Amino acid sequence: MTTTAVRKDGPAAVTPPPTVGGHVRTYLSRVRGGDVGALPAVLGLLVLCTVFAVMRPSSFLSAGNFANLFTQGAAVTLIAMGLVFVLLLGEIDLSAGFASGVCAAVLANVVTVLGYPWWVAVLAAVATGLVIGTGLGLLVAKIGIPSFVVTLAGFLAFQGIVLLLVKEGTNISVRDEVLVAIANRNLAPTLGWALTVLAVVGYAAVQLLRHRNRVALGLITDPIAVVALRIAGLAIILGTAVYVLNLERSRNVLIVSLKGVPIVVPVIAVLLIVWTFVLQRTSYGRHIYAVGGNREAARRAGINVDRIRISVFVICSSMAAVGGIVAASRANSVDPNTGGSNVLLYAVGAAVIGGTSLFGGKGRVLDAVLGGAVVAVIENGMGLMGYSAGVKYVVTGVVLLLAASVDALSRRRAAATGTR
Amino acid sequence: MSATPLLELRGIDKSFGPVQVLRDVAFTVHPGEVTALVGDNGAGKSTLVKCISGIHPTDAGEVLFNGEPVHIGNPRDAAALGIEVVYQDLALCDNLDIVQNMFLGREKRSGIVLDEPTMEQLAAETLAGLSIRTVTSLRQHVSSLSGGQRQTVAIAKAVLWNSRLVILDEPTAALGVAQTAQVLELVRRLADNGLAVVLISHNMNDVFAVSDRIAALYLGQMVAQVKTTDITHAQVVELITAGRSGGLGLATDAGTGGNGNGAQPADSTSGGHR
Repeated sequence: MTTTAVRKDGPAAVTPPPTVGGHVRTYLSRVRGGDVGALPAVLGLLVLCTVFAVMRPSSFLSAGNFANLFTQGAAVTLIAMGLVFVLLLGEIDLSAGFASGVCAAVLANVVTVLGYPWWVAVLAAVATGLVIGTGLGLLVAKIGIPSFVVTLAGFLAFQGIVLLLVKEGTNISVRDEVLVAIANRNLAPTLGWALTVLAVVGYAAVQLLRHRNRVALGLITDPIAVVALRIAGLAIILGTAVYVLNLERSRNVLIVSLKGVPIVVPVIAVLLIVWTFVLQRTSYGRHIYAVGGNREAARRAGINVDRIRISVFVICSSMAAVGGIVAASRANSVDPNTGGSNVLLYAVGAAVIGGTSLFGGKGRVLDAVLGGAVVAVIENGMGLMGYSAGVKYVVTGVVLLLAASVDALSRRRAAATGTR
Repeated sequence: MSATPLLELRGIDKSFGPVQVLRDVAFTVHPGEVTALVGDNGAGKSTLVKCISGIHPTDAGEVLFNGEPVHIGNPRDAAALGIEVVYQDLALCDNLDIVQNMFLGREKRSGIVLDEPTMEQLAAETLAGLSIRTVTSLRQHVSSLSGGQRQTVAIAKAVLWNSRLVILDEPTAALGVAQTAQVLELVRRLADNGLAVVLISHNMNDVFAVSDRIAALYLGQMVAQVKTTDITHAQVVELITAGRSGGLGLATDAGTGGNGNGAQPADSTSGGHR
C-alpha cells in the first residue's frame, strides 16, 4: 500500500498516528506548523475565566451568571455561525447585524402588530433572511461587486429598513409565550439530562461506527483510545455544564424556582450539529472549502462557483434571522437598535477568535461557538468588574485584533513550513 | 504507429478577435504514447489544449475521438470523453487533503453523506497503480506537499476517472531535478498503462526523455509532428524558433521568421507536415 510506504522526499511529514503518543505528536507538529485551529480561543477562554474567577469569585462563578453567559452570547453566536460560511469563501458580510435586526422587526410586526401565531412570525423572519441573503449573494456573485461594498451598502440600508419597520424609533414588544421562552426560559432539569445523554450516546455511536468502518476497510484510523478520550471529553464537558445549569439559581426559591438549561442552548447545539454535518459530511460543504481554498481549481473541478457563493450569503442571512429572533426574544421587544451597535463586530470577532480564517478556506461552525463564548465572557466579566462600555469595546477590539494576528501569523507560518 | 489515433484534430482555426492564434492545425495523439507538444511562448500550445479540453470553442476544423467525429463544447464534454488536463498551476486546493482534492467535484456519496472510506480506498488504489510511493498519508493537506508530490497528486487525480487522454501542461516547470525525474517516470508509466498522454514542455531534455512523438507549433501553425527517434535535439529547437528545420517544417517563403537562425538550409522546400 502506498500509504505505508516510506517517503523519499518532501518535508518532514506527519506519519499517520498508530498510537496515542503519536496522535499527540501529530497534533503538536500541526500546531507548530501554523495549524492552530481553535487552540487560541480555548486558551483565551481559560485565561479569561481564570482572571474573572479570581477577580470576582462570587458573582462570575455563580450558576446564575453561567446561565447568563449563554443567553447573553446566543444571538452573536448564531450570527457568527452564519458568518463562518461567508468567511470560508474569503468574503465578508457586514450587513449580518442589521439583517438580524430587519428579520427581528419582521418577526415583531407579524406576531404583535398583525397578530399571527409565533410560528408564522418565525417563518416570516427566516424567509426575510433568505431573501436578503439571495439578494446579497446575487450582487456579489453575478454582478461582481466586492462583498465588502455590497454588504456595507446593506449595513446602511437595513439600518434604515429597521427604522421604517419599527415606525421611527418606537419599539414593538414581543409578548408571545413561545417566542419569549426561547431566550428566557429553561428546560426541565430531567429533559436537560436526557438531551445530554442523547448527545453523548449519539456522538459515541457516530465515532465508534466510523472507527469500526475504517478498521474493517483497512484504512489508517485514529487509535481507539483517542476516540474514547474524545467521547469521554464531550461527556465530561456537557455533564458539568448541565449539572451547573440545573442548580437552583433563583435568589429566592420561595417566589420562583430558576433552574435548568436555557432553551437557547439546545437551539444552538442543534444548529451547530446540522451545519457541522453540512460542512464536513456533504459534498456541498466540501465545495465551500474548495471554493474558499482555490476558486479557480474549484471551477475547473466542475463546481458551480457562483451557486456556492450565493448560497453562503443565503445561509449567513438566514442564521442572522435566527440570531435576530433570539435577540428579540431576549429583549422581549424589537427597537431600532436591534442587531445594531456592536452585534456585527462581535459576531465577526467571534468567528475569527474561534479560529476561522479571514482569508477563506479554513474554519468550522464550532469556531463561532467557541469565539462567541470568548466574546460573551469578556462582555460579562468586564461588566461584573464594573468597567464602562468604553473599556469593553476597547478590550473586545484588542481581542479581535489579537485573533486576526494569530490567523495571519499562522498563515505565514504554514506557508513557511509547507514546502511548495 | 497504432491503428487509429485516439484523438485527431484537422484544420483547427481559432481567433481571439483580430488575432488568429491557431491556423489550420492538425494534431494526432495515439494511445500508449507520450506526444510532446512543443513551441515557443505564444505559439498556441495553451490555446490548442484549451480547445481540446472544451474551454475555448474552435472556429473551424474537426475533432475525431477514437475515429468518431465529436463536438467538444465545454469541459464536461471533454471529461465525458475521458480527456483530463493537468494544468500548470496544478488546480489543487491547498486547504484540502489528497483524497478530497482527487475527488473534488466528483465526490462519492452514500445518500447525501460523503463516502470517505470508499474515496480513500480508490485514491490509495490509484496511487498504488501508478507506483507512487512518495506520499505517506492520504489525509495530509496538499499545502504540506512538495512541488513534485503536488504534481503527482494532480496527475493521479487526472487518471482516477478512467481517463483515456491526459494532457499535462508544463508538469516539471517548477520542479527540482529529482522531482522532475519522478514526474517524468510517472508520465511514462501513464502511457505504458495504455493512456494517451500529451506533454507540453519547454524542456528539451524532458521531451526527449519520455516522448514517443513530438509535435511542434510555430506561430499558431503545426509545423511538424514526427517520431522522437527521427529527430534531433537541435532540429526541434529550430522548429520551435524558426518553424522549419532541414526537410521539416514550413516551406521556405518570404524571409519571415527566419531571422536569427543561420543554420537553416536555403533549399528546404519539402513542405509542412500538415
